[in-house]
Amino acid sequence: MSVGVRPKSPTERLLAANAWLVFAFLYAPIVVLAVFSFNDNNNVGIWTEFSFRWYGEMFQNAPVMNALKNSLIVAAVSTTVSTVLGTATAVALERYRFRGQRLFDGLVYMPVIIPDVTMAVMMLLFFASAFRMTGGFGLSFGLGTISLSHIAFSISFVAIVVRARLGQLDPSLEEAAADLYAGRWMTFRKVTLPLIAPAVAGGALLALTLSLDDVVVTSFVAGPGSTTLPVYVFGLVRRGVTPLINAVSMVMLTASMVLVAVSLVFQRERGGRSVSGDA
Amino acid sequence: MSAAVELSGVSKHFDDIVAVDDISLAVGDGEFFSLLGPSGCGKTTTLRMIAGFEFPTSGSLRIRGREMALLPPNERPVNTVFQSYALFPHMSVEQNVGFGLLMKKVNKDEINTRVKRALDQVQLAHRADARPKQLSGGQRQRIALARALVNEPEVLLLDEPLGALDLKLRQSMQIELKELQDRVGITFIYVTHDQQEALTMSDRIGVMSAGKLLQVDDPQNLYEHPRSRFVADFIGEINLLEAKVIDSETIEFAGGSRASAESEASNGETVTIAIRPERFGLHGSDESPPVGRNTLEGTVVRRIYHGDFFFYDVDTPAGSLEVKEENRPSVRQFEVGDRVLASWSPVATTFMED
Repeated sequence: MSVGVRPKSPTERLLAANAWLVFAFLYAPIVVLAVFSFNDNNNVGIWTEFSFRWYGEMFQNAPVMNALKNSLIVAAVSTTVSTVLGTATAVALERYRFRGQRLFDGLVYMPVIIPDVTMAVMMLLFFASAFRMTGGFGLSFGLGTISLSHIAFSISFVAIVVRARLGQLDPSLEEAAADLYAGRWMTFRKVTLPLIAPAVAGGALLALTLSLDDVVVTSFVAGPGSTTLPVYVFGLVRRGVTPLINAVSMVMLTASMVLVAVSLVFQRERGGRSVSGDA
Repeated sequence: MSAAVELSGVSKHFDDIVAVDDISLAVGDGEFFSLLGPSGCGKTTTLRMIAGFEFPTSGSLRIRGREMALLPPNERPVNTVFQSYALFPHMSVEQNVGFGLLMKKVNKDEINTRVKRALDQVQLAHRADARPKQLSGGQRQRIALARALVNEPEVLLLDEPLGALDLKLRQSMQIELKELQDRVGITFIYVTHDQQEALTMSDRIGVMSAGKLLQVDDPQNLYEHPRSRFVADFIGEINLLEAKVIDSETIEFAGGSRASAESEASNGETVTIAIRPERFGLHGSDESPPVGRNTLEGTVVRRIYHGDFFFYDVDTPAGSLEVKEENRPSVRQFEVGDRVLASWSPVATTFMED
């Protein structure tokens, strides 16, 4: 009996064509961006020849480097703080019962739903009135306010990711730890945390990506000299596009892809392990 | 027999639901005690209160004479074998078994010695470096046991530990568990819904239903002298018949046949009696009834072949009887439609209290 390839139906052909169309739609701009970042011309759209000229200029460009430094500082601070607080929130909501929990449970998802602009205005007004009230302490808009804002919206994302994993965790694992003389802290450190580590790492990477990418909230709460990279790029665009932006964008894109790849590798490595008690 | 665990008037409410309703119970030192009942009867909640995972709403719970009702699990001298085993997936077998000792801050050398001994005890020393995921169901079960026993608890709590195993493995583990308990001499409190399992292993069994402890007895008494319809029905098969008390030695069934049975009920009272299917003997209606045995006459309406047994359904004026007869040449067999006499010894009659 011959094992032939069944002829494709029109529907199948159509679906395949659609898939390619979607891919093209998604990735063509990225390809264009990438190609023209290696273009040796002052105009973005005119190809002259291949060069690393704009990458070189990027590293020479003091404002870009300064913005990158700011971005990294804010990302490091906000990722660390929001990962710790988000994980704690997830544990509190999933494992403990307390007064006002249901209300809190609903509210914790708010930053995910609230539009960026709303969040930005909220933060701006909040800091403005906070500074007015504490006026004279020398507090002002800057990296501090940016970091706090990023923490504010990242906590929810971390909490949601970690909570999903906690929900799958067999509660008898933690009971077993308590049964074997571990107090609450030791139970968390020796059993709960290692088992939710992939989710915590995933949440942290999400927070990192959100922080590195954010334009809207950051541009509202930034102060003089505290511009982050995406905000700076946004400013550059308004003054006319040069291939420098392509180069900067390529660096950011590559960084994001590396982060995502790392998170995938990490998830695969740990995720293979079952989370249930009879693993 | 000093009490290893003593519950008095223990209740547990979850919001409006009464999971455990005023239970009093003393489990002796070194005893194999089973809590038996259908799912949702409160047996697991009772066990979890002893372990410290739940706290009683009211009542007192003493372990070795010390009040512990409100103590967290890590401060109680008991260990639990979970239904799901709850082995830590991110630790090796060795680390799993040593976890309790590590938390108790026992020194490293002693931990190693005791873990090794515990693994030897369950014949899994060669799997010390394996992850729980790499073990079979039976092996995980043994590791869960070793992880609890290595701490030398005053009481070992087992929550349907054999539930996830297949029948063959379960039966061999039952024997293994019982032998282990004899060897280590630790008090076992064993929760199960499997009556056969409870009868096989336990020194005493407590039957629970709807949060109440109905009867506590040794397996034989429980099977042969159940005090309530629920216990009679839950453990094995049983025939329940209504009868009227004529005098202290005689009862009368519907249809007018009388039987001897000693009762303390007052004359004229309606009672329910219970008789196990295997306690009946069947005889042809042409035979003379055996001396000293009660009889009921009826018709065979169904016969089920079970290999080593026949199950007969016999319709009598007193009600329908299920009769279990051995498949042996010396035991006469009947066909559907045959008129028969079902006989039983007066002492095999048990009066229900409800």
